[in-house]
Amino acid sequence: MTSAPRMYIIIVGGGKVGFHLAKELVEASYEVLVIEQDPIQARVVADDLGDIVLEGDGCEASVHEKAGTRRANMLLAVTGDDEDNLVACQVAKQLFNVERTVARINNPKNEAFFRRLDEVDITVSATSAIMAHIEQGLPTTHHLIQLLELKGSGLELVEVRIPEESRVVGQSIKGILLPYQSMICLVVGPDGQPKVPAPDTIIHADDEVIAVTLHESEEQLREALMSPPPVRSF
Amino acid sequence: MGCGRVGAALAADLSSEGHEVLVLDTDPSAFRFLADSFTGTTFVGNGLDIDVLEKVRLREADAFVSATRGDNRNVMAAQMAKHVFGVKVVASRVFDPLREEMYRNMGLRTINPTRVQAKRLKKVVEAPSDEAANDIVAEFMRQEAG
Repeated sequence: MTSAPRMYIIIVGGGKVGFHLAKELVEASYEVLVIEQDPIQARVVADDLGDIVLEGDGCEASVHEKAGTRRANMLLAVTGDDEDNLVACQVAKQLFNVERTVARINNPKNEAFFRRLDEVDITVSATSAIMAHIEQGLPTTHHLIQLLELKGSGLELVEVRIPEESRVVGQSIKGILLPYQSMICLVVGPDGQPKVPAPDTIIHADDEVIAVTLHESEEQLREALMSPPPVRSF
Repeated sequence: MGCGRVGAALAADLSSEGHEVLVLDTDPSAFRFLADSFTGTTFVGNGLDIDVLEKVRLREADAFVSATRGDNRNVMAAQMAKHVFGVKVVASRVFDPLREEMYRNMGLRTINPTRVQAKRLKKVVEAPSDEAANDIVAEFMRQEAG
């Protein structure tokens, strides 16, 4: 019997986030190694999860030599310090060619900066996630909500609730000028009925529009779908 | 960023040459290292905080130096200065030789004091007498003075 080789996942930081991640991943039968600097915390994780902990600095190349980071498929940097998460991802990518890196973001203001760097593939911020939930729960929001980042392409899936005063209310899809590489994928009416948009689908106030866009086109898309019609002057 | 002995000495040096210098440190007591000749500004704040960097108008700076004790802090701040604030000249001290080399290859200006200091200490300890050791140190200082 042959099976696909097990994914090898390295977790830098054995605090609460790292510990629970490791536990879940072990239960899902991944090969997991936790790198934790603090000897007491390393011991706590090892006593619970077994011999999958390496005591050391997850930003140091020599520790990654021991960890076998070269053959790792993924590195998750989830310490409580953004600078350590950043450097762990950069060392993993630059020196050990790890395919995929994930950085936990503690200060949400660092997220845009981390995303710009080649060595960080995915960013995860609890603060941003909670904020998005709060915004989604509000009856009207003048923001665009990011739902999902599509790996590698720079594209993301976003949600927009069409405000009453928007320029697109009463317009058909084909008449809406969208930014480069942006596309409306789904329209959900206030009755909760989803429909795949056709060129002559009319957009109504309070429709939920799910669209794909480039991260850098977010603001233009928001403008295109949410701002009021331009004032005509003669 | 980082007003330890090195950061303070550099700040005083640049300010005495007539440059406009701002020194950033999270600990206000660190500014005691600054010589009386320092005529620039001091600012208490975390150089890893984008809001703080905005407040000190980093965008308008010609150069940014990070010299805290933390390698990771230094290289993260340097990358923010470069990529977020568009500062042209960015230099950092990195104690770990491997990390220093890596970031230099990635296009940051970095120096690693560890190797040089180890070599110098070796020369001093291997000197045949105390006098010879002192001569070696004097020679180092002459080299530094340029």
